[in-house]
Amino acid sequence: MADNFEAELDSSDTSVAEFEGHRSLLDKFQHFLHANPAMVPVIILAVSIVGFGLVAGERFFSPFTLGLIMQQVAIVGILACAQTLVILTAGIDLSVGAVMVLSYVVMGNLGVTYGMPAGFAIIIGILVGMACGMLNGVLVTRLKLPPFIVTLGSWRIFLASVFLYTGSQSIRSQDIDAEAPALKFFGGKVTFIDDLIGFNANITYGVVLMLVIFLVFWYLLTNTAWGRAVYAVGDDKDAAELAGIRSDRILVSVYVVAGFICGIAAWAAIGRVGSVSPSSFQEANLESIAAVVIGGTSLFGGRGAILGSLFGALIVGVFAAGLRLAGADPQWVLFASGCLIILAVSIDQWIRRVSV
Amino acid sequence: MSQQPILQAKGLVKRFGRVVALDHADFDLYPGEVLGVIGDNGAGKSTLIKALSGAVQPDEGEVLLDGQPVVFPSPISARDAGIETVYQTLALSPALSIADNMFLGREIRKPGIRGAIFKQLDKREMERFAREKLTELGLMTIQNISQAVETLSGGQRQGVAVARAAAFGSKVIIMDEPTAALGVKESRRVLELINDVRARGIPIVLISHNMPHVFEVADRIHVHRLGRRLCVIKPSECTMSDAVAYMTGAKEPPQDAAAA
Ligand SMILES: Nc1ncnc2c1ncn2[C@@H]1O[C@H](COP(=O)(O)OP(=O)(O)OP(=O)(O)O)[C@@H](O)[C@H]1O
Ligand SMILES: [Mg+2]
Repeated sequence: MADNFEAELDSSDTSVAEFEGHRSLLDKFQHFLHANPAMVPVIILAVSIVGFGLVAGERFFSPFTLGLIMQQVAIVGILACAQTLVILTAGIDLSVGAVMVLSYVVMGNLGVTYGMPAGFAIIIGILVGMACGMLNGVLVTRLKLPPFIVTLGSWRIFLASVFLYTGSQSIRSQDIDAEAPALKFFGGKVTFIDDLIGFNANITYGVVLMLVIFLVFWYLLTNTAWGRAVYAVGDDKDAAELAGIRSDRILVSVYVVAGFICGIAAWAAIGRVGSVSPSSFQEANLESIAAVVIGGTSLFGGRGAILGSLFGALIVGVFAAGLRLAGADPQWVLFASGCLIILAVSIDQWIRRVSV
Repeated sequence: MSQQPILQAKGLVKRFGRVVALDHADFDLYPGEVLGVIGDNGAGKSTLIKALSGAVQPDEGEVLLDGQPVVFPSPISARDAGIETVYQTLALSPALSIADNMFLGREIRKPGIRGAIFKQLDKREMERFAREKLTELGLMTIQNISQAVETLSGGQRQGVAVARAAAFGSKVIIMDEPTAALGVKESRRVLELINDVRARGIPIVLISHNMPHVFEVADRIHVHRLGRRLCVIKPSECTMSDAVAYMTGAKEPPQDAAAA
């Protein structure tokens, strides 16, 4: 008796549902963006390059300007890579800039002031960055504190440590050249590219480093089990745990890796600035978050593409250079990046509403 | 029964603040059987199976696997012991694809150095496997194996979770209301799947509020009430109304059933 209605199943339709109905162009675009979230910043980047190119013309499109944009973006770009990892886990790291500064003052202090071989100074500086990340990660997982609070606190602690440690003293460029020139490696121009293409492309090793770091982490996030786990933990931590992810381990690993990337950024930053100054990069935390958000990664975790953050950083760089060439007040750069953040988040929300 | 239970629990207690979800609950699962678990909402069925699958740590009592006391500090350790679970909440990551979800925490790597050194995932193999398992479940109305789980319907998601457990369970498979969101056709497939798995010799724990389903596939039925096992009944010796009466407290279970 109870089973009678199921007898109808034998004659049931076995075809697969077809979903290709009529869709407006806008709908299709929305679906396209939903499937390819990293395309949003790419489109914004392309439009802004073309836009500023039209306004500023030749000067903007010169290899010198484009190379300079990349140089200016490199440090924030590398930090944005670290920031993306943390934001993907539904966290946020307000301390990335301070960790970087702490790492490079250690590198400078050991390499220049104490005359330690540059290689050791760099390694110890990077280890300091990783230790900072470890501290953040342990506080987030063991004490179950929100990442925002943990890193708001650790940011201040790291920054205070920088000034206590250095006595607010900078290390001059000449002294680095004399004692540990390797610290400035990433500030050097990649001359073989110029030889290859026949003109000055104005690319530094720091720019190459940024691109390499993005490629490495793109690979790790998209092609390894660790990358899957990072997304899963940020998406739904409880579900990930039930499905067999050791989410606390993944979280700690993400913060330590973020600290490692900050340590690498520290080395590149010495090259970029040319000296070791404890008061530089005060805005780097927020700039890295801006790059990630403009790059389309969701602050709620689990969604986003790391290359989006590269494009996000480049967009800000293009606006900065373009507005400068157009002779605008530098405050307009800040203004524009504020608008971009709000725009990026609204586009993100619009894509989310995709009717699947 | 003289046989040794494959999975057993004795006197499990679990408190959540002032709520006692498990109150000295016992549990026995014998080799090769399908054990139905029924009980009111909030009776503690999900908590019981979570204690068996490592998702919840009992405050008191012990779990035995093949007669040996075991402690599962996390779902991973239960999974390593061959116990797969379909949780009531499904435990899927919405933004990840179907294939990614099926292999979460046990990804297949590419052969050779690409897998060994670069840890590269073999996405094609994982997608092939996932497609095969979903087809077995008759769930291929899903068009694209790489589509995000959040774009699936509730029933399709449930199908993915069931397929995952059935594909990897080697010792015990636990299903917490696996057909709650499924259509008639898909529910039938899950029941067939349960019979297939039993035929492979793997015992199943099936929690369900659907009495006809439970009575159809279960060899024995564990009636859970107020955080503990009230009795165990045989579908052949008992009617559905009796079962409902026991689990709601409308009727006392017979003496011998309480001991079974
Ligand atoms: N994580 C938790 N925190 C607090 N209380 C909980 C938790 N999990 C379960 N409980 C409580 O334990 C009791 C048993 O819950 P459980 O989910 O095991 O019931 P159930 O038998 O599975 O019910 P249903 O049929 O509705 O799924 C309920 O009173 C519930 O409120
Ligand atoms: Mg339940």
